[in-house]
Amino acid sequence: MKEHPRAAQRVGTHVKGLAQRFAYLGLVGAAFFLMLFGKADMVMVERLRTHVTDAVAPVLDAMSRPVATVSDMVDQVRALARLRMENNSLRDDNSRLLHWQAVAHQLETENKALQSLLNFVPSPRANFITTRVIADASGFFAHSLVVNAGLRAGITKGQAVVTGEGLVGRITDVGVRSARILMISDLNSHIPVLVGPTRIRAILAGNNSNRPHLIHLPEEGSVLPGNRIVTSGHGGALPSGLPIGVVASVDDGGIEIRPFVERNRLEYVRVIDFGLAGARPSPGIGGGGPISAGPGDGKAAP
Amino acid sequence: MKPSLGVRLDTLARQLTPFGLTLFLVVFNVVPLHIPGYDQIAPLLPMIAVYHWALYRSELMPAYAVFIIGLLQDSLTGAPIGINAVVFLIVHRAAQSQRRFLTGKSFAMVWLVFALIAAGAMAMIWVLVCAYNLALVEPRALFFQYLLTTGIFPILAWFFLRWQRAILRPG
Repeated sequence: MKEHPRAAQRVGTHVKGLAQRFAYLGLVGAAFFLMLFGKADMVMVERLRTHVTDAVAPVLDAMSRPVATVSDMVDQVRALARLRMENNSLRDDNSRLLHWQAVAHQLETENKALQSLLNFVPSPRANFITTRVIADASGFFAHSLVVNAGLRAGITKGQAVVTGEGLVGRITDVGVRSARILMISDLNSHIPVLVGPTRIRAILAGNNSNRPHLIHLPEEGSVLPGNRIVTSGHGGALPSGLPIGVVASVDDGGIEIRPFVERNRLEYVRVIDFGLAGARPSPGIGGGGPISAGPGDGKAAP
Repeated sequence: MKPSLGVRLDTLARQLTPFGLTLFLVVFNVVPLHIPGYDQIAPLLPMIAVYHWALYRSELMPAYAVFIIGLLQDSLTGAPIGINAVVFLIVHRAAQSQRRFLTGKSFAMVWLVFALIAAGAMAMIWVLVCAYNLALVEPRALFFQYLLTTGIFPILAWFFLRWQRAILRPG
């Protein structure tokens, strides 16, 4: 008689083990299914991602603040140590920039005169929203950032994101209070660009490393290290003329670009609405009409 | 005798901490740290947590919790949704399968097994990411991420062990 409970127990454990194994396999299957589903139907899965990111955004916001404060303090201490050296180099820079300022003024007047001669239609001026980077999803999987402003602040999909140095990337997902930026270095980022003084057309393709490369060049030999890369505006997704970076190296492996934007220094970025929303089929807010606000009218996100 | 409601709630709160700590690590992993070059080599901290808790207190880190952790990681990092869920589930399974082997073994052995499992996991990540994007992705960043994850393991594991003794108590 004593054998029965033991046997029952054994069967029970066995069944439990089997159930656990099935649950485990089910979860693995579900994860694979999500992956395939995400590949096939981006919208559904991206919406899930947007909702999750939106929900976590306040936590990220709170957590990123003390970190930013500490890193600012470290920067300040470091700056103090280099004060003398920096002063000297700034003085040099200043004299050099004064020269460039004079040149720029001269060119501006000349440009205006020529534009009036040609009856040139100026591009619409842009609105921008300044926002804080609250998440930096790094490494091998993807190169994206999350900022703490979304639909509520007027951000829409496709807008360009810049800093003072140059282009950071493009808005890909927008939540209510957060938005995701696909960086130019991401594997899925392909941006039409112009290279160097001769303005050769090419595509800047990310590869999930800090050195994106140029593809689809018409003539390979004419690109030299040090050439500047700017957006071309082809395709209508981005405005033309945004600085991106310089050619770092040209060899058999391809043409590598060093972006102007240093990723680890990104704290605040500007999301720019160039009024290009009408050029895309996406249901954006902006109607694509000319926006008359100057760069001084930028709104700051909370 | 049945313990009082307070005691039960207290126990439940304590038992939720491994899951909570892991979720915290997922979020912490994407907070911008402003360290030059860090973004390329950021360690996969949640992987350490999944391994540790699967090994020591697997009843507090069930498979569905690991699945949720993986999905959160995918959502926040912008990785293809499901990739980290698969990888964490496999790390979880692998850790559980080594429980008997690692009982009574030294910490160095626990670390070595982690290094081996993490290497397998990273290889799997590489294959999955390449297959998902239909492109050969440069694995250098992943290699450095692996080195840093393995290097940070003792620090995090030490913290978890202390946590286990102080908060979870032998159960």
